[in-house]
Amino acid sequence: MTLDYLIKRIGIFLLVVWAAASINFFIPKMAPGQDPILRALLEATQDGGVAGDAMLDIAKEYRVRYGLDKPLWQQYVVYLGAMATLDFGVSFVSFSPVREILLTRLPWTIGLLGTSILIGFIVGSTLGAIIGWPYSPRFLQGFIVPSFLFSAVPPYLMGLILVYLLAVTFTVLPFGGGYQAGVIPGWDLEFILSVLKHAALPAMALVVTDLGVRALVMRGSILSLFGEDYIKHAENRGLKGRRIFIWYGMRNALLPQLTWLALSLGSVAGGAIVVEAVFAYPGLGSALLVAIQGFDYPVIFGIVFLVILSIAVMTLILDLVYPLIDPRITYRKKS
Amino acid sequence: MNLPILLKRPAAIQKRVLDGARYLAEHRMLLTGLLVILSLALVGPIGSMFVDVTLHRPLSGLFSAPPSSTLPLGTDTQGRNIFAVIVAGTSLTLRVALLAGSLGLAIGAVLGFVAGYVGGIVDTVIRTASDVLITIPVLLILVVFAVSIKGLLSVDTMAITIALMAWMGPARVIRSQVLTLREKAYVHVSKASGMNDFEVMWKELLPNMLPFLAASFVNAVIIAVLSSVGLQALGLGPTYAPTMGMTIYWALQHGAVLAGMWWWWLPPLTVIVILFIGLYLVATGLDKIANPRIGNTS
Amino acid sequence: MTGNILRVKGLQVYYDTREGRVNAVNDVSFTLEKDERLGLVGESGSGKTTLATALMRLIKAPGQIKGGEVLFDGKDLLKLSNEEMRQTRSTEISMIPQGAMNSLNPVMRIRDQMIDTLRDHGVKRTKSEFRKWAAELLERVGLTAEVAGMYPHELSGGMKQRVAIATGICLDPKIIIADEPTSALDVVVQREVMTTLRLAQKELGASVIVIGHDMGLMAQFTDRIGVMYAGKLVEVASVRDIFKKPLHPYTQLLIASLPSLEAKEVFRGIPGRTPSLLNPPSGCSFHPRCPKAMDHCSRLVPALREMTTGQSVACHLFDETTDSTDSPSPNGKGELQIAGSSSAAPHH
Repeated sequence: MTLDYLIKRIGIFLLVVWAAASINFFIPKMAPGQDPILRALLEATQDGGVAGDAMLDIAKEYRVRYGLDKPLWQQYVVYLGAMATLDFGVSFVSFSPVREILLTRLPWTIGLLGTSILIGFIVGSTLGAIIGWPYSPRFLQGFIVPSFLFSAVPPYLMGLILVYLLAVTFTVLPFGGGYQAGVIPGWDLEFILSVLKHAALPAMALVVTDLGVRALVMRGSILSLFGEDYIKHAENRGLKGRRIFIWYGMRNALLPQLTWLALSLGSVAGGAIVVEAVFAYPGLGSALLVAIQGFDYPVIFGIVFLVILSIAVMTLILDLVYPLIDPRITYRKKS
Repeated sequence: MNLPILLKRPAAIQKRVLDGARYLAEHRMLLTGLLVILSLALVGPIGSMFVDVTLHRPLSGLFSAPPSSTLPLGTDTQGRNIFAVIVAGTSLTLRVALLAGSLGLAIGAVLGFVAGYVGGIVDTVIRTASDVLITIPVLLILVVFAVSIKGLLSVDTMAITIALMAWMGPARVIRSQVLTLREKAYVHVSKASGMNDFEVMWKELLPNMLPFLAASFVNAVIIAVLSSVGLQALGLGPTYAPTMGMTIYWALQHGAVLAGMWWWWLPPLTVIVILFIGLYLVATGLDKIANPRIGNTS
Repeated sequence: MTGNILRVKGLQVYYDTREGRVNAVNDVSFTLEKDERLGLVGESGSGKTTLATALMRLIKAPGQIKGGEVLFDGKDLLKLSNEEMRQTRSTEISMIPQGAMNSLNPVMRIRDQMIDTLRDHGVKRTKSEFRKWAAELLERVGLTAEVAGMYPHELSGGMKQRVAIATGICLDPKIIIADEPTSALDVVVQREVMTTLRLAQKELGASVIVIGHDMGLMAQFTDRIGVMYAGKLVEVASVRDIFKKPLHPYTQLLIASLPSLEAKEVFRGIPGRTPSLLNPPSGCSFHPRCPKAMDHCSRLVPALREMTTGQSVACHLFDETTDSTDSPSPNGKGELQIAGSSSAAPHH
C-alpha cells in the first residue's frame, strides 16, 4: 500500500469527522432566532422548582464552558477540543454526561448494525452472484424480483411489515426493547437468548432490505464481468464451471461490491437508526427519538457525531482493507 | 421491425411519437415505473372526487373506527379520516419528493458541471466536498437541520433542507460525464468556431447528458423520499401535515401496531412502498439505457 | 486422407440478431495434418475468429453451430457432451487468445492461473510441485521464473502473450489454435512471440492453426494458408503457391496489396467494402468487388474444389464444366443460389 493512498484516506477520515463536528456547531447557531440550545435551556428554567434551579446552573455552566460570551471562533476552537475528547456535555433531561449515556448504547447499535451488514452482505452477494451468472438454473434467476422489491422498501417499513406478520398476527417474535423486561442483564443463557429474540425482528428488517441491495449490485457486477476476456479465456482453457464462477467471477466482482458497501454505509446506518427508534431497541436510534421528543439537544448532537464518527471509522477500515484484496491498487493511485 | 407502409407519413412528429412509443415498449421497466408513479400522482385529484379532503384533519369523525362502507379506511385515534389522509397526503409526499429531487439535481448538476468543465482547484474542492459528504448519513445531518429550525418546518422547508444533502450523487455523475464529453471532437470544433464556454456547455454538452441527468434526477428523488420518510419517522416532519411519513409516526406513537389498528399505518406504508417501487423501476430502466449491458435479461 | 488430425466438414455457424440471421461461418471444410502449420487469413468479419471459437465449441447465444462435423482423431467434437468437451480443451486442443491483454485474470497471480488449468484437468500435485512446474513452464517460453508470482498488470504485452502460449501448451495438446497472436504487439516482440510459438510446436509435435490478417507474418510461419472471405474458404494452398500463383481474385488482390521493398509502387488496396453478412451478395460473395467477375458469378455459389496442383479454390474461373455442379447450398438467402434461377435481387 502506497503512503500516498494511506495519507489520502486518513485525510478524508479527518475531514469527515471535522465536517460532522462543524455542522453540529454552526447549523444550530445559524438558526433564526437564538441558539436553540440556549433557548430550550431558558425555556426549561421558566418552570421553577428544583428542576428549574438545576437548569439555571446548567445554563450558567453552559455559558462558561462553551464561552457563549466569547467570540465565535473561540467558541469553535473550544468546541472542537471538546469533540476530540467526545465530551458532549450533559443531558438536559437526565443531567448525566451524554458520553456515558451514549457509550452504554453504542454496543447495542454496533451489534445490530454489524451483524446485519455482515449477513446482508454475505447472503446478498452470494444470491446476487447466482442470479447474475448466466449458467444458473432458471428458477434461481427468478429471485431477482424479491431482491428488487426488498431493496426498494426502507428498512423500518420492512420492519413494520415483519412486526405485523411475526409479532402481532403470529406472535413468534417479540416487538420492542432489547430484552425481556424482568430479565437481568448478564452473560447467562437466558439473557443472551432474550437478546437474540428481541434483536431478531430489527435485524431481519435490516438484513432483508440490505440483502436486496447487495444482490442487485452483485448481479450487475457479475453481468458486466461476464463479457470480460479473462472469463472467455478461462472457458477456453476448459476450467471447471464452478471454479470460473467463484474464482474468476465472484472473486472479481467482490471488489466493486466492497466499494459500493463503503459508499452505502451512510444510508445503512441511517436506516438502522430509524429501525432502532421504531423498535425501541436500546441503541442510539431510540435514544435519538426520545431526545428529539424531549428537546434534549446535547444528546441529539452527541448521537449525530458519534454515528458519523463510527461510519467514518468503518469506511476507513474498509478503505485500508481494499488494497489487500485488489493487487492493482498498490501500484496505481486511486483516481 | 419495419413499420407498415401506412404509417410512413412524412410528418416528422409522427415518427418521433412512434419512435418514443416503441422505445418505451421495449423498456418495460421504465414504462411500468412511470405508470406506477403516475397513478400515485392521480390519487390526489381523483380521490378528492370521492371524499372531502378536509376530513384529513382530526375530529373529522369517530375515533379509532375500523374500515366500513362509509369510512373506507377507518379513522385514527384522533378522528382523522384515513382515506382523506391518503388522498391529501399522497400529493404532499410526492411534492416533497419532486421538489427536493429537482433542487438537489439542480444544485448537483451545476456543481458537477462547473467541477468538470473548469477543473483545477474548483474541481478538487467540489470533489472532496462531495466525497466527504457522501460518507455522512444524509438523515443525521437533516436531523441537525430539523431540530434547529423546529418551529419553522413546513413541507417546503423540509424539501429544501433535503435538497442540500441530495446534490452529491448528481454532481458526481454529471462531473464525470462532462469530463468524458469535454474532450470530444465536437467541443473543440465548437470552440474553434467561436462559441464561448457557456454556449458550448449549453448547446453541445447538455443534450448529450440528458439520459444521465434523468438518471440522476430519479436517484435524487429516491434519496429525497428516503430522507423525508426517515425524518418523519423520527417525528421531525411538518407536524400537522398529513404526509405519509407523519401519519405512520403518529400511528406508532399511539401504538397502532400492537392495538391492531392496521388501517392506520398500513395504507400510508403501502403508498410509500409503491412510490419506491415505481421510482426504482424508473431508475433501473434509465440505468439500462445509460449503460446497456451484454446479455441482460429482464 | 491419412495422417490428418482434424477434419472439418461443412461447418456452419450463424448468429440470430435483431436484424436477421448472420452466417458467420458458411459451409467451411478443411483438413489439418499432423505437425502441420495452417494459417487462416481474412479481413475482419470474414469469420476466422468465429471459426476458431466454433472449433472450441464456445459459440454462445445468439450464435449457434448449425451444422457440420469437426472430426478430431475420428470423433466428432460437435457431438461430445459439455463435460467431455471441457476436458478436451487444453488437453487435446487449446486456444491461445487474441490480445492477451485482458485474457488474464487481473487479481490472480500468473502461476495460480496456469495451475488452475492443470488442476481442472485432473493433475494432482503438491503446492511446491505445482510452483516448480509453473516456473519451468515459463522458462520454456522464454520468461524468467519470477514472472510466476507476478500479477498480469506487471507484465508487458509480449510477456502476457507468452504466458498465454505457456498455458496453451502446458497439457501437450495435439492442436493449438493461435488467434491473432501478435496483434497489438510491436514488430520486435511479434517476432519473438512467433519464434516461441514455433519452438513450442516443434517440441510438442502439435499442429497449429494460426489466425490472422498479416500475410507477411503468415508467410514466415505457416506451411499452408487458407483464405477466408465472408464466412467461406475461398482458397487453400501451400504458402509457396499462395504467394507465387494465387488463384482466387481476392487472394491475388491481397498479395498485391502487400508492400514490397523492391518495387516502389503505389499502395494498392482492395476496392469496395467488406460485405454485410446480414445481406450477403448473391452467388459468389466476392463478385461485387471482383475484377474478373463473370455473369454467372452473381447467381451461383462456387464450391471449394481441389486442383491437380493441390491448391483448392472456390471460383468460377476454374470451373471445368459450366453447369451447376456448384452446390446450391443454401445460405441465408437460399433462393438466389439455385442453379438457373434468375431472380437475383439487386445487391447493394
